[in-house]
Amino acid sequence: MNRKAEFKQGMKDGIPIALGYLAVSFTFGMMAVSGGISIGESVLISLTNVTSAGQFAGLDIIAASGTYIEMILTQFIINLRYSLMAFSMSQKLSREESFAHRFLVSFGLTDEIFGISAAREGKVSAWYNYGAMCVAIPGWVLGTLIGAISGNMLPEFIVSALSVAIYGMFMAIIIPPSKKDKAVLIVVIASMIISTLFSVIPVLNTISPGFVIIITTVLVAGIMAWIHPIDILDIKEAADHES
Amino acid sequence: MNHNIYLYILVMALTTYLVRMLPLVLTKKEITNVYIRSFLYYVPYACLAAMTVPAIFTATSSIWSGAAGFLVALIAAFRERKLLTVALLACAAVFLTERLMELIPYIMDKL
Repeated sequence: MNRKAEFKQGMKDGIPIALGYLAVSFTFGMMAVSGGISIGESVLISLTNVTSAGQFAGLDIIAASGTYIEMILTQFIINLRYSLMAFSMSQKLSREESFAHRFLVSFGLTDEIFGISAAREGKVSAWYNYGAMCVAIPGWVLGTLIGAISGNMLPEFIVSALSVAIYGMFMAIIIPPSKKDKAVLIVVIASMIISTLFSVIPVLNTISPGFVIIITTVLVAGIMAWIHPIDILDIKEAADHES
Repeated sequence: MNHNIYLYILVMALTTYLVRMLPLVLTKKEITNVYIRSFLYYVPYACLAAMTVPAIFTATSSIWSGAAGFLVALIAAFRERKLLTVALLACAAVFLTERLMELIPYIMDKL
């Protein structure tokens, strides 16, 4: 596919992401303003960070007047899962395009954009990511703005319904390959069980959600790669199935 | 201590960007090691699954509507519907379940 087609496809796949973002960032905007941050500042946070859990944690630190070191450590731990995704993306991004694209792609490497890029057949073009970023990031910023301006523009029942959009998308990405590849199915089920255990078992449930995702991912993908390694041919075959 | 809000935002944004950018930019070469390749092949599935469950059950105003969203998304995804379709069906399931739950007290009253 050429750049234009990739960009367009990215924009199309970015629509459900933007919808899901609206609900989450709306809540963020509301909470930021109620925590004493101005409308402009909350929008600036969303525009420069583009991450949900990290921004919510950042609010707490700003409200509590925490130290800058605390801010760095918290963002680092909560967002460390992005390093794992970035590492995975480093192999997935097309090598035909300029290396400079990687600096821009990484700015928009959110859970959801990573999800749709990872689901692309074979290598992924940076232009696909730009397309998704062009739709998803404005959704994120706009939701923050609306939430910050008015805490009750969207009724609660709509916010509640929209908040599952992101998870619905994640499932649309992971379920179809699980039907074809038993190893993927095991990875999906094991990850769901382990992350659930982390949220219900005492002591373990005090670990931050961002960190739980890292532990679960490293554990499950690590063990599966060890007991069921796939050679390059297998990966290509699996990628063909995904389409 | 007096903290500047813009300095907070700068520190936040910079940390988040570096966490995303460094592995993507520093891993220049194609990895040939089978173990690492396999690991990276499984990463998205493990990661997205861990992010979805249990979070989907607590994202909505009730665990039941979250469960309805999960079930509907599971069926739609199993039937290989498009991303947007699965997402919207899950939203609709949450909406309908929450409306139905509002009706239950009235029905109980009638009984």
